[in-house]
Amino acid sequence: MITAEQKPIDEIREMIGPFKRILVLGCASCVAECAAGGEKETAMLGSALRMAAKMEKKEVVIEEKTLDRQCVNEFIVLLDDTIDQYDAVLSLGCGAGVQAVADMFPETPVIPALNTEFLGETKAQGLWMENCLGCGDCMLYYFGGVCPLARCSKQLFNGPCGGSVDGRCEINPEMDCAWQLIIDRLSRFNALDRLEDIYPPKDWSRKQGSGPRKIVREDQQR
Amino acid sequence: MSHLKQILEKGEFAVTAECGPPKGADSEIVLRKGDLLRDKVDAVNVTDNQTAIVRMSSLAACTLLRGAGLDPVLQMVVRDRNRIALQSDILGASALGIGNLLCLSGDHQSFGNQPQTVGVFDLDSIQLLQTVKAMRDEGTILGGDRLSARPDLFIGAAANPFADPLEFRVTRLAKKIRAGADFIQTQCIYNLDRFKTWISTAVDRGLPEKVYILGGVTPLKSPGMARYMKNRVSGMDIPDEIVKRMEGVPKEKQREEGIRICVETILRLKEMPGVSGVHIMAIEWEEAVGEIVERAGLLPRPGF
Repeated sequence: MITAEQKPIDEIREMIGPFKRILVLGCASCVAECAAGGEKETAMLGSALRMAAKMEKKEVVIEEKTLDRQCVNEFIVLLDDTIDQYDAVLSLGCGAGVQAVADMFPETPVIPALNTEFLGETKAQGLWMENCLGCGDCMLYYFGGVCPLARCSKQLFNGPCGGSVDGRCEINPEMDCAWQLIIDRLSRFNALDRLEDIYPPKDWSRKQGSGPRKIVREDQQR
Repeated sequence: MSHLKQILEKGEFAVTAECGPPKGADSEIVLRKGDLLRDKVDAVNVTDNQTAIVRMSSLAACTLLRGAGLDPVLQMVVRDRNRIALQSDILGASALGIGNLLCLSGDHQSFGNQPQTVGVFDLDSIQLLQTVKAMRDEGTILGGDRLSARPDLFIGAAANPFADPLEFRVTRLAKKIRAGADFIQTQCIYNLDRFKTWISTAVDRGLPEKVYILGGVTPLKSPGMARYMKNRVSGMDIPDEIVKRMEGVPKEKQREEGIRICVETILRLKEMPGVSGVHIMAIEWEEAVGEIVERAGLLPRPGF
């Protein structure tokens, strides 16, 4: 999923400063799973902003709504009837959600309330880990299910570097060395010989070489 | 073009030293360091923004040293340049008369004075080796385009016998050789037992027949430096007895003790099968190199 964290409240307040009627818009998908922009967090941010406005005796209307998915048009259109009541949207969607809402309503400023972080997994309660860079050419088979691009600090395809000690990364001793994990997993499957080959330079054009990527699926279009 | 290559091919025990470029545009510092190393070593290895701290470029410092009649080894890290810049600088280096290239991944940017930068890591160090080799031997760049003239380079790589997992370290060395390494420079050696284990595994696999291995040494300046390197630098293995030796002498004798340990290590390496030379990394202490080389019985160096 896509992970995110809420921006500092002061930054949010500065951005919404000029507006009088604000829709605080949550998203019940990824950012709800990582407790950054779901219904609950949206309600909490809404009341915090109302409270702050009241303390400063500012006359501001702040209302909340949460869409099932902020990055899919068929959910965004649900705002069609109400969007005109607001002069700005404060979005708790990921970067894709913010832009999708902005695309749909070109007349309305859409302000991000979150910092979108990474593609990751929920490792434990309150712990999310980055493990995919969306490179467009999955190499996980080759590396035994551990991505060196997302999880090795130097993105080595032919690691480990000389800083791997006791299974830890030199950048941060609390971080696993991805290459130790790769070697451990491949040896468990008797597939360590896979690493004898030199992994060739990555074709980055699949990720960023040709500008923003898009997927076109004619079978899905109607 | 490479003097280092000639020395190693002749079967001489090679000596190289490291030279860190200044944190400024002063060519005199580079030339002064070059003078300290002249006739003491066969080649001078110039770091590429080591520890991710901005310094004069390795290419510029190597060019200055070349002009002063030394044989520079250009260090090139993949941290700061994509494959276009890397290949372009390789061609430029050869055109400027630099005959040796050491391919490295580079210290991570988070350690240096530009922690907000982006690490490039378009290629890794092994892919860079492969790229340089293809440029030199096939006359082609990545993607297959042909060069109008091939770079003439003696290609080096680094190896750390002290990092984990130990059993994979020799596999990775073999990979670097297959990728194109002509010579290997190791991480600083203090734990000779572990180094011996590593080099004998390499010897068992016949690797020193395919590559020249230079053992890395760094003279310690103080017990504090020993402790720092032991505890804070990942992949550095300094046994307790080395730290104790440094602690056991009065302050004014500490540098002498550091040099003594370094000389002893070199003498042990000289006798070790599979070791073709030493690489002395006297960090901001190039003055010590001449004395170390002399006391290790490695002077005079064979001429150019």
